[in-house]
Amino acid sequence: MAARVRRAMRDGMNRQRFSRALRAAPFLGPQSLFLALFVVIPIGLVTTYAFMTRGRFGGVSPEFSLENFTRLLEPVYLNVLFNSIGVAALTTALALVLGYPTAYLIARLPTRWRTVALLMVLLPFWTNFLIRTYAWILLFNNAGWLNQGLEALGWIDGPMNLLYSQPAVVVGLLYMYLPLMILPLYSSIERIDPELEEAATNLGSRPFRVFRTVILPMSVPGMLIGCVFVFVPSMGNFVIPELLGGGKMLLVGNLVRDAFLKARDWPFGASLALVLTIFLVVLLALQSRASKRITEGSPDA
Amino acid sequence: MRRPKLLAVPFWATYIFLYVPIIVVVIMSFNASSNLFVWKGFSLDWYGVLAKDSAVLEGLRNTLIVAGGATVLATVLGTLMAVGIHRYTRGGLIRAYATAPALLPDLLLGIGLLSLFSLLQMSLGLHTVLISHAVFASAFVTAIVLARLANVDPTLEEASQDLGMGAGRTFVRITIPQLAPGIVAGALLAFTLSLDEFVIAYFTAAPQTPTLPIVIYSMVRFGVTPEINALATLLLVVSMTVVIAAQRLTRITEAI
Repeated sequence: MAARVRRAMRDGMNRQRFSRALRAAPFLGPQSLFLALFVVIPIGLVTTYAFMTRGRFGGVSPEFSLENFTRLLEPVYLNVLFNSIGVAALTTALALVLGYPTAYLIARLPTRWRTVALLMVLLPFWTNFLIRTYAWILLFNNAGWLNQGLEALGWIDGPMNLLYSQPAVVVGLLYMYLPLMILPLYSSIERIDPELEEAATNLGSRPFRVFRTVILPMSVPGMLIGCVFVFVPSMGNFVIPELLGGGKMLLVGNLVRDAFLKARDWPFGASLALVLTIFLVVLLALQSRASKRITEGSPDA
Repeated sequence: MRRPKLLAVPFWATYIFLYVPIIVVVIMSFNASSNLFVWKGFSLDWYGVLAKDSAVLEGLRNTLIVAGGATVLATVLGTLMAVGIHRYTRGGLIRAYATAPALLPDLLLGIGLLSLFSLLQMSLGLHTVLISHAVFASAFVTAIVLARLANVDPTLEEASQDLGMGAGRTFVRITIPQLAPGIVAGALLAFTLSLDEFVIAYFTAAPQTPTLPIVIYSMVRFGVTPEINALATLLLVVSMTVVIAAQRLTRITEAI
């Protein structure tokens, strides 16, 4: 008797759950399938290709191999990898130096100005990225505005070679990804109660000490996200090294593009993209662990 | 509270850094000279040259087709997904699944989709770019509509169903109007994202039907011309208008 009641209850619940799933299907179904087909399967393909061999006439031949990854260890490619890491790290550091004070001051603006200031950070980010890179070609040119300005100021005698250099690439990447540093920093600083700062100041802490003991520790999660968001896409960008670096300096992104569209060595390109993605995932995981430790450590966050 | 004045230096440096290049491009688009670095007076000549450039016009046409189609697809799929997540799930994993494509490296998505299309032996063309753009744009739509849903009063939907309106009619007459600002903002962002997207289009477009960013890329690679300044200025105006409109609708800056 009891068993029958239990079974009836379970059937009822199953039926309820089934009818709920039926009602949810038209909403969740189409997009879930769309993403499965055009996100999950493509990423799966790239992952699979990374462990296969290149076909004789381009394409992919289904033989398992780790050769793509051992090739990554050849000096030519290691060089590109270290170069990319260096350029991306420099870009990230500069973004932090410019972005942190900016994000902090935005967060402490009156509400009305805060929206304006944030929108002003967002606007360049939403404009065409080729155009934004092109603007720097215009500025960096030997006869360009930067050289003209520096000469007018008497700081330099002849034109400096700005274009097609590593600094040009770093500036281009910084210009591209600076908003991605400012936004997460802003949202983590904005949550810090200004009264905490005031309390610390009233209790006699100097501004730098307030910053080091109150603001900095609580903004670490946003800072880490910002760093990942600047670092990883900087490594994968292939347009800026080409247009501002003159193709002299390759980053990982250039290798991926060339492997896919020029050398038609898809497995090698796939393995590079995979390494880049693993970089992203590992950094994000580290970020989330670090922020969890920080938020659990502080009393009211 | 007293804050060190020195902080204002990087603050203003950031805005100068962000806007000087844009301003230079815009000013030089009105330059009468064909020398990019010498100002010779105001003129609209380069806009005239632009209007007659068949490669640019062709690229624009392709881009509008792609962006229009991708926006419709992304808005419908993304909105349904957001409503479904809000109503029938506790979020968590499915929410991450629906919004993660917005964070995926474009390079990975580009080569992944190229691999898929080639495996399916689909010929590349505007349709493949359209699908590819809808993929990441839909993730943005989902995120924005979800943010809007958090502020929607669920009792209206319940009342509507209690009063005998069916689920379908409730959705069309009650849910959609309540979500409208979020949906429109999502659609606007999907449109600008697609309009400006280069990397994924570069991998998934056919050489015969380049989108506008691909046309710009080949123009810039060949060297700088004043015509690009005019084109850049027009694109800046379009993107900025759309972003400000979307901001007015949903305050995207607060959703971040």
